[in-house]
Amino acid sequence: MEKNHNVSRRQFLTYALLGTGGFMAAGLIMPMVRFGVDPILQADAEEDMIDVVSVDELTDVPQAFDMEYEQDHGWHVEQVQETVWIYLDGDEVVALSPVCTHLGCTVNWGTDPDNPEQFFCPCHFGRFERDGTNIPGTPPTEPLHRYDHEVRDGRVLLGNPSPQV
Amino acid sequence: MLQRIYDWIDDRIDVTPLWRDVADHEVPEHVNPGYHFSAFVYCFGGLTFFTVVIQILSGMFLTMYYVPDIVNAHASVEYLQTDVAFGMIVRGMHHWGASVVIVMVFLHTLRVFFTGSYKKPREINWVVGVLLFFIILGLGFTGYLLPWDMKAYFATQVGLEIAESVPVVGDMISNLLAGGEFIGAQTLTRFFAIHVFFLPGALLGLIAIHFIMIRRQGISGPL
Ligand code: FES
Repeated sequence: MEKNHNVSRRQFLTYALLGTGGFMAAGLIMPMVRFGVDPILQADAEEDMIDVVSVDELTDVPQAFDMEYEQDHGWHVEQVQETVWIYLDGDEVVALSPVCTHLGCTVNWGTDPDNPEQFFCPCHFGRFERDGTNIPGTPPTEPLHRYDHEVRDGRVLLGNPSPQV
Repeated sequence: MLQRIYDWIDDRIDVTPLWRDVADHEVPEHVNPGYHFSAFVYCFGGLTFFTVVIQILSGMFLTMYYVPDIVNAHASVEYLQTDVAFGMIVRGMHHWGASVVIVMVFLHTLRVFFTGSYKKPREINWVVGVLLFFIILGLGFTGYLLPWDMKAYFATQVGLEIAESVPVVGDMISNLLAGGEFIGAQTLTRFFAIHVFFLPGALLGLIAIHFIMIRRQGISGPL
């Protein structure tokens, strides 16, 4: 009478127990994991253009301006201040991030006496052209990031910096 | 595949006896609800442990968002509950689970009492159990303050008044608990530290002792 079953009673019970147990454990763990990984699944905040400076103040020499905005930290709103290098290239506004593309130090315009017409990073002597292009032979491997910008009623509004490659 | 990975490890460090020792132990007929339904009363200890595990897990996740600071505590709880996915569920688990643990541990204590399981040779385990009971009450008391809302504040005020009513050293106990004369920033950080580090540490240690003793002494006989 007893057939040769492919799945023995013991195996069946093991599977059934593991299955139900696994289902229950997943039901408990899933909400917690989803809760924990929420930051990477939140929709990116849409880009707000921030009023930084009047076009009249700009020249063809890069100048540092402060960009102030509010950053949403979940339960806290933080006032953030960033420095941006802005200049006029003909009629075109160019806004460059001061964050060195080597390891993230802050670059300055013309502080290297040997290269007054360049951005200079004091950390490992990285240098960049006026348009942000990295100078070959110095540590940085890509140009300074450039801010999205908009000119409205004679004011310069900036968005987010993005790589200019 | 899994079997081969297991064999590879087992070959080298011989893990089988370890988990065999944990997994294989006799569960006598009188505690198996499959034989006598009334034996479900023997499940309360296991259920307590199960809810404690849920409390630890959900608590670990809650601390990803919670800050024990009087300015931000309430706002962070509100944020994690309303703006983070499944926040309501995870906080709900911890909130309701806290009550469930206390109910379960109480029922477990009653079962041990009425089946006389605390008698020789299990007296030490009874004492450890009572300590665990107090630790769980302590976790409930300290956790209650953390959302930093009105209910939390006034419940803690009452709790501290109760501590103050202890003769002679009452004031000292209350100040030690609150980290000062009043409930404030220092109380919140203190309660947080006690709630997430001190008491859980003690809880895990005593639970280990509790379980090892059960395995050494076996399950108490039928009534
Ligand atoms: S960080 Fe600027 S050169 Fe290295």
